[in-house]
Amino acid sequence: MLVITCPNCGDRPELEFRCGGEAHIARPQTPAELDDGQWGAFLFTRTNPKGVHAERWIHQHGCGRWFNALRDTVSDRLIATYPMGTPRPDAGAGAAPSSPASPTSQP
Amino acid sequence: MRRFSLTTLVKQAMNAHAGWERQWRNPEPKASYDAVIVGGGGHGLATAYYLAKEHGLTNVAVLERGWIGGGNTGRNTTIVRSNYLYDESAGLYEHAMKLWEGLSQDLNYNVMFSQRGVLMLAHNVHDVQSFKRHIYANRLNGVDNEWLSAEECKAFCPPLTLDPNIRYPVMGGALQRRGGTARHDAVAWGYARGADARGVDIIQNCEVLGLKRNRDGSVAGVETSRGFIGAKRVGVVAAGHTSVVMNRFGLRMPLESFPLQALVSEPVKPVFPCVVMSNAVHAYISQSDKGELVIGAGTDQYVSYSQQGGIHITNHTLDAICELFPQFTRMRMLRSWGGIVDVTPDRSPIIGKTEVSGLYVNCGWGTGGFKATPGSGHVFAHTIATGEPHKINAPFALDRFRTGRLIDEAAAAAVAH
Repeated sequence: MLVITCPNCGDRPELEFRCGGEAHIARPQTPAELDDGQWGAFLFTRTNPKGVHAERWIHQHGCGRWFNALRDTVSDRLIATYPMGTPRPDAGAGAAPSSPASPTSQP
Repeated sequence: MRRFSLTTLVKQAMNAHAGWERQWRNPEPKASYDAVIVGGGGHGLATAYYLAKEHGLTNVAVLERGWIGGGNTGRNTTIVRSNYLYDESAGLYEHAMKLWEGLSQDLNYNVMFSQRGVLMLAHNVHDVQSFKRHIYANRLNGVDNEWLSAEECKAFCPPLTLDPNIRYPVMGGALQRRGGTARHDAVAWGYARGADARGVDIIQNCEVLGLKRNRDGSVAGVETSRGFIGAKRVGVVAAGHTSVVMNRFGLRMPLESFPLQALVSEPVKPVFPCVVMSNAVHAYISQSDKGELVIGAGTDQYVSYSQQGGIHITNHTLDAICELFPQFTRMRMLRSWGGIVDVTPDRSPIIGKTEVSGLYVNCGWGTGGFKATPGSGHVFAHTIATGEPHKINAPFALDRFRTGRLIDEAAAAAVAH
């Protein structure tokens, strides 16, 4: 079980939280102008990285508020939590999907 | 390939079993192949086997990052059934079931397929109604499934308690008698041996790092940790790592990977005659031929490649097992582990073409791919060999996440795979 640092309540066991999936997926401003491919990508396509992942969590059985977290999906270690609406703390630092042929940390 | 038979067994017995040969070669990769399969699990090996056997495509390589059958093929709870609700799913899983029924003979390899029956328990009125709907839908599709009263469930599976005072008493169950279990490792090994005998190269410790494309955009081959391997066709069957491989190819997938856990108890004498699943309390259990109780837990709630899950997930399942089968409360669990399962938004697999000419994908089996191994390999081999999907896997195209023609098994049935 993970220990998750809620920005409001501090370290709490994972049981108090629900994971809301990948963060930073903005709903398109003008849905009517999207074709089926773009709409499908918004709804269904996910980064699913092996490495650092930005995801949404809600402290369901605590303060009840949403926040974002960076977590390593190989070790499950939480790297940082940060408020909704702010950019990911590692943005620009080669975040998101690993480039082709990049070594993947652990087996 | 030396065929296994009573005669060869007797001969080897008299020779202290010292003369058995290796069951598949350990070849160096060739410069190019007609088709390359990325992923040497059950589905990938089955694909290679049927490519060679049904389509005469023998210049084929299976590239495996680790060792064959070392991923989810060796980590699942080995349950086989085909009683899915929708026509498309019933068609796919029943196709697999029919292949299971002749698989040991076909492969000349004992996959220990045991049709001991899979019983799904109902614990509330919604379960009862939903399961009866399943049964009628299954019958229309020629898939066996029958309703058992609570007493009939108890007669079929004596360790089950009918105590009305437990939190979720048993109200009955749906039984697929043709369902059961198979020996997971033997499935991988049997397919590997059969494919190898027909000329397929099984290349282990070979990680695929990228895709090379021709000027017209079609597939030219794959970059691997053992150098470039040319290929006219590439089939990706990498389970939980499909997103990783496809990302290296420059493609994004509608997949998320989660840890799914299983555990086994200390071995005991035969005590559990069938497979029991309960979606409502989330438990499934059977007994292996070694005597261990094999228990399946759920997935964690977050994306992970760690091959381990939270202990509260297994605890939750064991709570349910102990309540349904009180005699197991003092059993000790020997091992627990996790596998990484790739889950699609509609909980149905993706088997078919991609936007890249010559690149095919078979993934998204989520928490229930083992049961489909033969059928999955069979229809995927057809897709790769002919360039077009078999009519059974046509509905499972990647394109359905654009058209919206989803096969929403999960939403319809809260189905545990």
